Amino acid sequence: METILGFDYPTLWFFVVGGVFTGYAILDGFDLGAGSLHLFFRKEKSRRIALNAIGPVWDGNEVWLVIGGGALFAGFPIIYANMFSAFYIPFMLFLVMLIFRAIGIEVRSKEENKTWRKFWDVAYSLSSVLIAFLLGVVVGNIIIGIPLDENHLFRGSWLDFLNPYSLLVAITTVALFMMHGAIYLTMKTEDRLYERLTVLVKNSTIFFVMSLVIVTIYTLLYIPHMVDQLSAHPVMFIIPLIMMLAVANITRQISKRKYLYAFLSSAVVISMLLIIVAVELYPTVIFAPNNPENSLTVYNAASSEKSLGIMLTFAAIGVPLVGTYTAFVFYTFRGKVKLDESSY
Amino acid sequence: MDVEILSRIQFAFTIAFHYIYPPLSIGLGLVMVFMEGMYLRTGKKMYENMTRFWLKIFALTFGIGVATGIVMEFEFGTNWAVYSRYVGDVFGSALAAEGIFAFALESGFLGVLLFGWNRVSKRVHFFSTIMVTLGAMFSAIWIVVANSWQQTPTGFHIVGEGMQARAEITDFWAMVFNPSSVERISHVWLGAFLAGAFLVMSVHAYYILKGRNIELSKKAFGIALKVAVVSSLLQLFTGHQSAEVVAEYQPIKLAAMEGHYDSLSVADLYILGWVDAEKKKTTGLKVPGGLTFMLHQDGETPVQGLNSFPEEDHPDMVNAVFQTYHIMVAIGMFLIGISLFAVFHLYRGTLFEKRWLLRIFVPAVFLPQIANQFGWYTAEMGRQPWVVYGHLRTSDALSETVTANHVAFSLVLFTLVYVLLFGLFIYLLNRKIKHGPDDPELHQHSPRHSQMASSLNQEN
Repeated sequence: METILGFDYPTLWFFVVGGVFTGYAILDGFDLGAGSLHLFFRKEKSRRIALNAIGPVWDGNEVWLVIGGGALFAGFPIIYANMFSAFYIPFMLFLVMLIFRAIGIEVRSKEENKTWRKFWDVAYSLSSVLIAFLLGVVVGNIIIGIPLDENHLFRGSWLDFLNPYSLLVAITTVALFMMHGAIYLTMKTEDRLYERLTVLVKNSTIFFVMSLVIVTIYTLLYIPHMVDQLSAHPVMFIIPLIMMLAVANITRQISKRKYLYAFLSSAVVISMLLIIVAVELYPTVIFAPNNPENSLTVYNAASSEKSLGIMLTFAAIGVPLVGTYTAFVFYTFRGKVKLDESSY
Repeated sequence: MDVEILSRIQFAFTIAFHYIYPPLSIGLGLVMVFMEGMYLRTGKKMYENMTRFWLKIFALTFGIGVATGIVMEFEFGTNWAVYSRYVGDVFGSALAAEGIFAFALESGFLGVLLFGWNRVSKRVHFFSTIMVTLGAMFSAIWIVVANSWQQTPTGFHIVGEGMQARAEITDFWAMVFNPSSVERISHVWLGAFLAGAFLVMSVHAYYILKGRNIELSKKAFGIALKVAVVSSLLQLFTGHQSAEVVAEYQPIKLAAMEGHYDSLSVADLYILGWVDAEKKKTTGLKVPGGLTFMLHQDGETPVQGLNSFPEEDHPDMVNAVFQTYHIMVAIGMFLIGISLFAVFHLYRGTLFEKRWLLRIFVPAVFLPQIANQFGWYTAEMGRQPWVVYGHLRTSDALSETVTANHVAFSLVLFTLVYVLLFGLFIYLLNRKIKHGPDDPELHQHSPRHSQMASSLNQEN
């Protein structure tokens, strides 16, 4: 098997897919968080500023989801096919929520009518919460595993996905994105809205920390396979350690009103949480608790080495490009939001 | 209804609805590049207002295009799991390339395009317009490559058997440049240019008829008309080439498109007609020997009819394939005629006096849209019963774990959401058109307008 830097191609592609979804969580995470907090802003102008804080970037952020989906389809078609058809109903709801959210952002300010704006504000905010929630449900189920038959197919009902642990992860995800989004918004706002957000940042951070503690205890007590790697390789304890330090740093930076550092710390928290899950699962991606032999791994689900080689080349060329223009757009729209005639 | 037909209806419905928007993004993008290019060259405010006006409509179509496009990417996995596993190794790489090389480019620069007027220089803004348009065109490349591979698969081999069988890539460039890619990409691009150009002409013809924004509208109409003339003429060429590729690689599809059951030594060309699939007979107006001449440029080479192929390989809706194909061709011819006629009068300086002609251009916006849709219906219904031509049947490609109830639920959901979406689109489009581009002359005379401007400033 061909390797680069000692990693075989399926493993490298696992890094790529994981990296893209982590990028998605960090980038769309603050969009979704800002959306989830939207109804906490009472005044029309506050809502517009909050919306325009994500205005120029939310579309580009969502692209990471599309790239992630494509990367999964191309590199691990069996996981893509079997999981998406297994999660059929939640996935369809997810897609409809994405549509509602996009349309809400697009149209809410295009009419002066109060009822119109109220309706789309609710649609936008509610869909943001639900998208974060459903993403959490998916992550939760991936952590505990999904029963698969010998053809790696899920034959149960979609209601099985709404188990207590996944719901807990889902709530934690909403809390995490709210915190992340609130921190982002403090960087983009001034005056009274900013003052209001400093309170929201604190509250959502408390909400997140509480959820995180409960999820962690639950995981340690009931999901033994989530600590295998950490127990076997104590050096990996560095990952949760970094995460906890980053959480502590968020609160520290918030009290110093250094929101950029707080934002970077919360991005680190998101990354570390996903890295822990990835490390604990690898080389399995979808764990089958009914019979571990039926699990989907990076090896039994991967495309051919030829195909992975082509796409690793794509990634090597494409990712720096995407990074460059993402940075360019963020740089262009740096600083506080100013409404003008092209704003939402 | 069973899960197969429901899944087919859902895919057809969601992709057809989606496909209203991307061609508009590509076409409007191209026209905006010319408009903004004129602004940079002349520095005239009029061109800036024109670009800004179309940018707003572009934003609307782009937004709905993205929202409905994400659905497409995931629908392969949700509804067509067997297909996804079968093609992932080949098709997936094209889709991943689309995401990383094309979609990221257009969505990244879109922010600058829409919100960057006051943040970046004119040149950087123009650059962003070009990047977004290029991104949209690159998207079309990869998506059409993926689809063309399903029509004329090359550059792969089959590994495994039965339910485990799947295609693995052997030659990436052979997959990208499969026999139908190049012709179909150019055909799709030109169709998109026409959709954009005819929308611009429709709206500006309306303004001229209403007697508003006249100077601006004449210029904008002229820019779009030139795009339309070139595109419609080239479309004749790429269309013909596409048909030749179909004749060579998918003779069954060609027979359905042309409504031929019997293999004839010299095949006629139906101009219009009706296919009776039960009696296996086509009746209509035809040019003797026309098809043979079109395909082989002679009067003797035979063309195979549907009867010379096993019935199980026939498309299930021959008449629909025939009709959609013929309507597409007829529209294409009409677009050439009307564009040439209009451009002739544009150079003579008499175009904008011909109100009857402008009145035709207003509803003509629907024609390229219909032709684009019908072209795809021809291609996709004509490909049946295969999803990967000659290798995987549509009926074998479904998700094993998804039931008819699941699909019925999602189909109802999508229908409701898309009806709402379409209503919103028409409503907002109409409002933007009614509002129109900013006119510098109007600003000085209209107190209402300056009031609005000052209230906007206060809000800031």
